[in-house]
Amino acid sequence: MNTITSYAHIKHNQVSVNGSIVFQSGPLLKLSEFLSEAYKSIGLSYPKFHKMDAQCKLGFLCAEFALKETTFLTENDLSKTAIILSNAASSLETDRVHQHSINDKSNYFPSPAVFVYTLPNITIGEIAIKHKVTGENAFFVSGQLDTELLVNYIETLLSNGSEAALVGWVEVDGASFEAFIFLVESSKNINKNSIFKALNQSSVITIYNQTKWTH
Amino acid sequence: MDALIEKLKGQIIEQLNLAEVKPEEINPDSPLFGEGLGLDSIDALELIVLLEKHYGIKIQDPKDGKTIFQSLRTMAEYIKAQGKS
Repeated sequence: MNTITSYAHIKHNQVSVNGSIVFQSGPLLKLSEFLSEAYKSIGLSYPKFHKMDAQCKLGFLCAEFALKETTFLTENDLSKTAIILSNAASSLETDRVHQHSINDKSNYFPSPAVFVYTLPNITIGEIAIKHKVTGENAFFVSGQLDTELLVNYIETLLSNGSEAALVGWVEVDGASFEAFIFLVESSKNINKNSIFKALNQSSVITIYNQTKWTH
Repeated sequence: MDALIEKLKGQIIEQLNLAEVKPEEINPDSPLFGEGLGLDSIDALELIVLLEKHYGIKIQDPKDGKTIFQSLRTMAEYIKAQGKS
Protein backbone atom coordinates (compact mmCIF):
# COMPACT_ATOMS: atom_id res chain seq x y z
CA MET A 1 0.00 0.00 0.00
CA ASN A 2 1.31 3.48 -0.84
CA THR A 3 1.22 5.48 2.36
CA ILE A 4 1.99 9.07 3.31
CA THR A 5 4.05 8.66 6.48
CA SER A 6 5.23 12.18 7.35
CA TYR A 7 4.93 15.73 6.05
CA ALA A 8 6.34 19.18 6.68
CA HIS A 9 5.10 22.60 5.61
CA ILE A 10 7.00 25.90 5.76
CA LYS A 11 5.13 29.17 5.27
CA HIS A 12 4.65 32.57 6.99
CA ASN A 13 8.01 32.14 8.83
CA GLN A 14 6.71 28.98 10.49
CA VAL A 15 7.45 25.28 10.18
CA SER A 16 4.84 22.62 10.76
CA VAL A 17 5.41 18.87 10.92
CA ASN A 18 2.44 16.55 10.53
CA GLY A 19 0.12 19.51 10.97
CA SER A 20 1.63 20.93 14.19
CA ILE A 21 3.80 24.04 14.28
CA VAL A 22 7.26 23.06 15.55
CA PHE A 23 9.20 26.26 14.85
CA GLN A 24 8.38 29.89 14.21
CA SER A 25 10.24 33.15 14.01
CA GLY A 26 9.09 36.75 14.00
CA PRO A 27 6.74 37.43 11.08
CA LEU A 28 8.90 40.34 9.89
CA LEU A 29 12.11 38.34 9.59
CA LYS A 30 13.51 38.21 6.03
CA LEU A 31 13.59 34.84 4.30
CA SER A 32 17.37 34.53 4.68
CA GLU A 33 17.14 35.27 8.42
CA PHE A 34 14.23 32.90 8.90
CA LEU A 35 16.09 30.10 7.09
CA SER A 36 19.14 30.67 9.23
CA GLU A 37 17.06 30.53 12.45
CA ALA A 38 15.22 27.39 11.27
CA TYR A 39 18.56 25.75 10.42
CA LYS A 40 19.89 26.46 13.91
CA SER A 41 16.71 25.11 15.47
CA ILE A 42 17.17 21.71 13.86
CA GLY A 43 20.64 21.30 15.40
CA LEU A 44 22.34 20.33 12.17
CA SER A 45 25.99 20.91 11.26
CA TYR A 46 26.16 20.91 7.48
CA PRO A 47 28.48 23.72 6.23
CA LYS A 48 27.29 23.24 2.63
CA PHE A 49 23.90 24.59 3.73
CA HIS A 50 25.31 28.12 3.87
CA LYS A 51 26.40 27.93 0.22
CA MET A 52 22.94 27.06 -1.08
CA ASP A 53 20.57 29.58 -2.59
CA ALA A 54 17.34 30.38 -0.73
CA GLN A 55 15.25 27.84 -2.64
CA CYS A 56 17.65 24.99 -1.90
CA LYS A 57 17.87 26.00 1.75
CA LEU A 58 14.08 26.05 1.96
CA GLY A 59 13.65 22.65 0.28
CA PHE A 60 16.55 21.13 2.20
CA LEU A 61 15.13 22.30 5.56
CA CYS A 62 11.59 21.21 4.72
CA ALA A 63 12.94 17.74 3.86
CA GLU A 64 14.94 17.65 7.11
CA PHE A 65 11.85 18.49 9.14
CA ALA A 66 9.74 15.89 7.30
CA LEU A 67 12.43 13.21 7.75
CA LYS A 68 13.22 13.95 11.40
CA GLU A 69 11.68 11.40 13.76
CA THR A 70 11.02 8.95 10.89
CA THR A 71 12.65 5.71 9.75
CA PHE A 72 12.28 6.73 6.09
CA LEU A 73 16.02 6.79 5.35
CA THR A 74 16.90 3.61 7.21
CA GLU A 75 13.98 1.40 6.21
CA ASN A 76 13.90 2.15 2.49
CA ASP A 77 16.34 1.26 -0.28
CA LEU A 78 17.73 4.71 -1.15
CA SER A 79 18.56 3.55 -4.68
CA LYS A 80 14.82 2.98 -5.09
CA THR A 81 13.76 6.18 -3.38
CA ALA A 82 12.52 8.99 -5.63
CA ILE A 83 12.57 12.74 -5.09
CA ILE A 84 9.84 14.62 -6.95
CA LEU A 85 9.50 18.36 -6.44
CA SER A 86 7.59 21.17 -8.11
CA ASN A 87 6.98 24.91 -8.04
CA ALA A 88 5.74 27.82 -10.14
CA ALA A 89 8.76 30.12 -10.34
CA SER A 90 11.41 27.57 -11.34
CA SER A 91 14.73 29.15 -10.20
CA LEU A 92 13.60 32.72 -10.90
CA GLU A 93 14.92 34.24 -7.66
CA THR A 94 18.49 33.08 -8.30
CA ASP A 95 18.13 33.85 -12.01
CA ARG A 96 17.48 37.47 -10.94
CA VAL A 97 20.60 37.53 -8.74
CA HIS A 98 22.69 36.17 -11.62
CA GLN A 99 21.17 38.65 -14.09
CA HIS A 100 21.94 41.51 -11.70
CA SER A 101 25.61 40.46 -11.61
CA ILE A 102 25.93 40.66 -15.40
CA ASN A 103 23.79 43.73 -16.15
CA ASP A 104 26.62 46.22 -15.84
CA LYS A 105 29.36 45.45 -18.37
CA SER A 106 31.80 47.67 -16.46
CA ASN A 107 31.21 45.73 -13.25
CA TYR A 108 30.82 42.25 -14.72
CA PHE A 109 31.50 39.60 -12.06
CA PRO A 110 29.09 36.67 -12.45
CA SER A 111 29.46 34.31 -9.51
CA PRO A 112 29.95 30.60 -10.30
CA ALA A 113 28.44 29.79 -6.89
CA VAL A 114 25.26 31.68 -7.85
CA PHE A 115 25.16 30.36 -11.41
CA VAL A 116 25.08 26.70 -10.32
CA TYR A 117 21.72 27.36 -8.66
CA THR A 118 20.03 28.72 -11.79
CA LEU A 119 18.11 25.47 -12.25
CA PRO A 120 15.24 24.42 -9.97
CA ASN A 121 16.22 20.74 -9.81
CA ILE A 122 19.39 21.61 -7.89
CA THR A 123 17.10 21.55 -4.84
CA ILE A 124 16.57 17.84 -5.51
CA GLY A 125 20.33 17.40 -5.85
CA GLU A 126 21.09 19.00 -2.49
CA ILE A 127 18.62 16.70 -0.69
CA ALA A 128 19.88 13.66 -2.62
CA ILE A 129 23.54 14.43 -1.84
CA LYS A 130 22.88 14.92 1.88
CA HIS A 131 21.02 11.64 2.24
CA LYS A 132 22.66 9.58 -0.55
CA VAL A 133 19.34 9.11 -2.34
CA THR A 134 19.96 7.84 -5.87
CA GLY A 135 16.51 6.88 -7.18
CA GLU A 136 14.31 8.58 -9.77
CA ASN A 137 13.90 12.34 -9.70
CA ALA A 138 11.92 15.01 -11.47
CA PHE A 139 11.11 18.67 -10.97
CA PHE A 140 7.82 19.96 -12.41
CA VAL A 141 6.98 23.61 -13.01
CA SER A 142 3.26 24.36 -12.78
CA GLY A 143 1.14 27.36 -11.80
CA GLN A 144 0.18 25.85 -8.43
CA LEU A 145 0.54 22.64 -6.43
CA ASP A 146 -0.74 20.03 -8.89
CA THR A 147 -1.84 17.17 -6.64
CA GLU A 148 -3.23 15.16 -9.56
CA LEU A 149 0.07 15.26 -11.45
CA LEU A 150 2.17 14.48 -8.37
CA VAL A 151 -0.01 11.61 -7.13
CA ASN A 152 -0.26 10.04 -10.59
CA TYR A 153 3.49 10.38 -11.13
CA ILE A 154 4.39 8.83 -7.76
CA GLU A 155 1.93 5.97 -8.24
CA THR A 156 3.51 5.26 -11.63
CA LEU A 157 7.01 5.25 -10.08
CA LEU A 158 5.94 3.05 -7.18
CA SER A 159 4.43 0.50 -9.54
CA ASN A 160 7.61 0.46 -11.63
CA GLY A 161 10.41 -0.29 -9.19
CA SER A 162 10.53 2.67 -6.81
CA GLU A 163 9.77 1.87 -3.18
CA ALA A 164 9.52 5.30 -1.58
CA ALA A 165 9.34 8.97 -2.52
CA LEU A 166 9.95 12.41 -1.10
CA VAL A 167 7.49 14.69 -2.82
CA GLY A 168 6.36 18.28 -2.75
CA TRP A 169 6.47 21.96 -3.56
CA VAL A 170 9.38 24.36 -2.98
CA GLU A 171 8.79 27.93 -4.10
CA VAL A 172 10.71 31.18 -3.64
CA ASP A 173 9.70 34.28 -5.57
CA GLY A 174 10.82 37.59 -4.12
CA ALA A 175 9.69 37.81 -0.51
CA SER A 176 7.10 35.09 -1.05
CA PHE A 177 8.03 31.52 -0.15
CA GLU A 178 6.49 28.17 0.68
CA ALA A 179 7.66 24.58 0.97
CA PHE A 180 5.51 21.51 1.45
CA ILE A 181 7.05 18.04 1.44
CA PHE A 182 5.50 14.66 2.17
CA LEU A 183 7.04 11.21 2.35
CA VAL A 184 5.47 8.21 0.65
CA GLU A 185 6.42 4.61 1.45
CA SER A 186 5.06 1.51 -0.24
CA SER A 187 6.02 -0.80 2.62
CA LYS A 188 4.06 0.93 5.38
CA ASN A 189 0.50 0.15 6.38
CA ILE A 190 -1.95 2.49 8.01
CA ASN A 191 -2.91 1.80 11.59
CA LYS A 192 -5.40 3.62 13.74
CA ASN A 193 -2.88 5.31 15.99
CA SER A 194 -0.57 6.72 13.35
CA ILE A 195 -0.71 9.87 11.29
CA PHE A 196 -0.27 7.69 8.19
CA LYS A 197 -2.65 8.31 5.31
CA ALA A 198 -3.33 6.45 2.07
CA LEU A 199 -1.73 8.18 -0.91
CA ASN A 200 -4.42 9.88 -2.98
CA GLN A 201 -5.26 13.40 -4.08
CA SER A 202 -7.71 13.97 -1.27
CA SER A 203 -5.11 13.04 1.39
CA VAL A 204 -2.53 15.36 -0.12
CA ILE A 205 -5.00 18.27 -0.19
CA THR A 206 -6.02 17.52 3.40
CA ILE A 207 -2.47 17.54 4.78
CA TYR A 208 -1.59 20.62 2.70
CA ASN A 209 -4.45 22.55 4.35
CA GLN A 210 -4.06 21.03 7.80
CA THR A 211 -1.75 23.53 9.52
CA LYS A 212 -3.36 26.38 11.44
CA TRP A 213 -0.81 29.16 10.89
CA THR A 214 -0.55 31.60 13.75
CA HIS A 215 0.57 34.60 11.71
CA MET B 1 51.99 40.04 4.54
CA ASP B 2 50.08 39.28 7.77
CA ALA B 3 47.66 42.14 7.13
CA LEU B 4 46.98 40.85 3.63
CA ILE B 5 46.40 37.33 4.95
CA GLU B 6 43.89 38.66 7.51
CA LYS B 7 42.14 40.66 4.79
CA LEU B 8 41.97 37.58 2.56
CA LYS B 9 40.46 35.51 5.37
CA GLY B 10 37.52 37.90 5.59
CA GLN B 11 37.10 38.10 1.83
CA ILE B 12 37.17 34.30 1.45
CA ILE B 13 34.65 33.76 4.25
CA GLU B 14 32.31 36.28 2.66
CA GLN B 15 32.77 35.25 -0.97
CA LEU B 16 32.50 31.50 -0.28
CA ASN B 17 29.70 31.78 2.31
CA LEU B 18 31.74 29.96 4.96
CA ALA B 19 29.27 31.02 7.64
CA GLU B 20 30.46 28.48 10.22
CA VAL B 21 34.16 29.40 9.86
CA LYS B 22 35.81 32.09 11.99
CA PRO B 23 38.89 33.97 10.64
CA GLU B 24 41.05 32.76 13.55
CA GLU B 25 40.24 29.14 12.65
CA ILE B 26 41.92 29.45 9.26
CA ASN B 27 45.56 28.40 9.33
CA PRO B 28 47.37 30.40 6.59
CA ASP B 29 49.51 27.36 5.76
CA SER B 30 46.76 24.70 5.66
CA PRO B 31 45.63 23.42 2.26
CA LEU B 32 42.54 25.23 0.96
CA PHE B 33 41.26 22.19 -0.92
CA GLY B 34 40.73 18.57 0.07
CA GLU B 35 41.52 19.02 3.74
CA GLY B 36 41.83 22.30 5.65
CA LEU B 37 38.88 24.43 4.56
CA GLY B 38 37.65 21.59 2.34
CA LEU B 39 36.80 23.81 -0.61
CA ASP B 40 35.38 22.37 -3.84
CA SER B 41 35.64 23.11 -7.58
CA ILE B 42 33.00 25.86 -7.50
CA ASP B 43 34.93 27.51 -4.66
CA ALA B 44 38.04 27.42 -6.89
CA LEU B 45 36.15 29.43 -9.51
CA GLU B 46 34.98 31.85 -6.82
CA LEU B 47 38.59 32.38 -5.72
CA ILE B 48 39.52 33.27 -9.30
CA VAL B 49 36.63 35.79 -9.35
CA LEU B 50 37.78 37.13 -5.94
CA LEU B 51 41.30 37.82 -7.25
CA GLU B 52 39.91 39.64 -10.27
CA LYS B 53 37.23 41.59 -8.40
CA HIS B 54 39.28 42.72 -5.40
CA TYR B 55 42.83 42.80 -6.77
CA GLY B 56 42.42 43.22 -10.52
CA ILE B 57 44.40 40.01 -11.12
CA LYS B 58 43.40 37.77 -14.01
CA ILE B 59 44.82 34.25 -13.92
CA GLN B 60 45.78 33.61 -17.53
CA ASP B 61 46.73 29.95 -17.23
CA PRO B 62 44.28 27.84 -15.16
CA LYS B 63 47.16 25.45 -14.38
CA ASP B 64 48.71 28.18 -12.21
CA GLY B 65 45.69 27.94 -9.90
CA LYS B 66 47.03 24.78 -8.30
CA THR B 67 50.10 26.61 -7.00
CA ILE B 68 48.41 29.94 -6.25
CA PHE B 69 45.53 28.42 -4.26
CA GLN B 70 47.60 25.93 -2.29
CA SER B 71 47.07 27.90 0.91
CA LEU B 72 46.13 31.34 2.10
CA ARG B 73 49.82 32.23 2.33
CA THR B 74 50.55 31.22 -1.28
CA MET B 75 47.56 33.31 -2.38
CA ALA B 76 48.87 36.33 -0.46
CA GLU B 77 52.37 35.83 -1.85
CA TYR B 78 50.98 35.70 -5.39
CA ILE B 79 48.97 38.91 -4.89
CA LYS B 80 52.06 40.64 -3.49
CA ALA B 81 54.22 39.39 -6.36
CA GLN B 82 51.73 40.93 -8.78
CA GLY B 83 52.18 44.25 -6.98
CA LYS B 84 48.47 44.38 -6.13
CA SER B 85 48.41 44.20 -2.34
